[in-house]
Amino acid sequence: MSGYMEAQLIILCLSIIYAYGIFLPAASGQLNLGAAGFITLGAYASAWFNAGTGAELPMWLSIMLAMVFTGVIAFAISFPILRTRGVYMVLATFAFAEVVSGIAINLEFVGGASGFPVDDHADVTVIVPVTILVILFSFYFMSTRLGLALRSIHDDESVATLFGVNVRTAKVVAFTVGAMLMSLGGSLYGHHYNYIEAQTFNVLLSIYILLYVLMGGTQTAWGPLIGAAFFAIVPETLREIAESAGLKWLAEGRFMMFGAFIVLLMVFRPEGVMTRTLQNRLGSGLFRQKKVVSDDAGGGS
Amino acid sequence: MSDHLLEISGMHKSFGGLKVIDDVSFDVRRSSRTALIGPNGAGKTTIFNLLTGVYEIDAGTISVDGEDITDVPAQDRVTVGMSRSFQNIRLMPHLSTVENVMLGQHARARNLGNLMFPLGMMPRNNWRTAAEEALERAGVGTYPGEVVANLPYGVQKRIEVVRAMVSEPKLLLLDEPAAGLNKTETNQLQALLENVSDQGVTILVVEHDMQFVRDLCDHIVVLNFGRKIFEGTPEEVHQDPAVLEAYLGTDDDTAEAADVS
Repeated sequence: MSGYMEAQLIILCLSIIYAYGIFLPAASGQLNLGAAGFITLGAYASAWFNAGTGAELPMWLSIMLAMVFTGVIAFAISFPILRTRGVYMVLATFAFAEVVSGIAINLEFVGGASGFPVDDHADVTVIVPVTILVILFSFYFMSTRLGLALRSIHDDESVATLFGVNVRTAKVVAFTVGAMLMSLGGSLYGHHYNYIEAQTFNVLLSIYILLYVLMGGTQTAWGPLIGAAFFAIVPETLREIAESAGLKWLAEGRFMMFGAFIVLLMVFRPEGVMTRTLQNRLGSGLFRQKKVVSDDAGGGS
Repeated sequence: MSDHLLEISGMHKSFGGLKVIDDVSFDVRRSSRTALIGPNGAGKTTIFNLLTGVYEIDAGTISVDGEDITDVPAQDRVTVGMSRSFQNIRLMPHLSTVENVMLGQHARARNLGNLMFPLGMMPRNNWRTAAEEALERAGVGTYPGEVVANLPYGVQKRIEVVRAMVSEPKLLLLDEPAAGLNKTETNQLQALLENVSDQGVTILVVEHDMQFVRDLCDHIVVLNFGRKIFEGTPEEVHQDPAVLEAYLGTDDDTAEAADVS
């Protein structure tokens, strides 16, 4: 694999991990624009556990401790934040990310404004397997009864309550687990590039990640995978095609085209590229024989 | 064990200055099929919302099976043995039929092991099989590969009843189950409810279709402007002047209507 391809693969993997961190709460209807905040927490905490404490913890342990640290903070702030909903939750989580960023810039023991070097290196052989684990975990998580409860909360919170779903607890769990995944992504970012500064994790990153998830679709666990892959690959591929073909206008105008494409996507697929119905249709295409049998068995009323 | 499964006494509820439920008391006999009827705005759905904990009660007590549940939070009332359907269909539109029914099982599966069990990954597990069997018993298909939003209205109405049933309630609250159904669908629904009733489940139903109420129910409570104006059998309800005046209409009304037409 060329160095260029590898760099693209790393970006793709990190995007996927971040996207699942936003997807888990989004599946229950939470709009979380605080991705940058949790990524910052994960990146800084892991770097500090790894090299800053004097104890020189191994990388895997630092990453896990950072996840626990971020999880505790996410759990604590989830109670005030989950009192808000819709666009107000967007604002509350955005504010949280800004606060984290502001603190990181002003903490001298993690480098302050000049950034923080990270000791241990995580290369592609670490990041790719971890990404696959995150994907598998997310599919598992959404297939559980808790996942079913989260999807029910997304559709109708009060009816979910009447059937015994503890809405508050389910939302807190989704928010916290999502934050821990983003922390994991942030830690891997730090350990891969071996240098972090808080300004890298800005609101634009949060917006992009939320877009991956909303464009990909929040109804199935395929959504964030498709969204992240699409956003990470398409602009870069367009650039390559444009440059190799000598099309200057395409190389420069690709983000405009990409923006127009997003608008079209919102018009024609407002619930995201991958919806539940589309998944079923694709699934029955793959297993046509089986589908016919089960239709005969259960379709009559 | 008391003869009454549900006991409501001195129930009050106001929204702002408006008294919506004003000192309503009645009991629902175990294994009975009781109807709650009255004109629009009489407070029938409000009573359902108070029973299931959607609203908090201002004064009075509710008890189910001898247990006072007035202060039990909404999410725990289903475990007391109470489950409901809704006036406007409130299935989860993005879930499949079987998933909607599995949501009804939630109250019986709230421990950690069950919450973390991958229902979606195991095509054959006890919960899914139970949901499919409940649908089959009710004569509803499982409609694999379709979200419920795309299913016919009458089918969705029955799925709501099945979803309420799989929580294994002692008391089933049905809010206008026959509204919007044609004759065939109403008959299917009635057969389903009679079957439910035969299993010993007590039914409390809000309904405007008086034919349906007469066929199904053995006891009727009539509300008007938030007050109980009558309680008795279906035969008696047609003799009661207050009920005829407030809701069912008198023969004079029918005569007038005939004149107009």
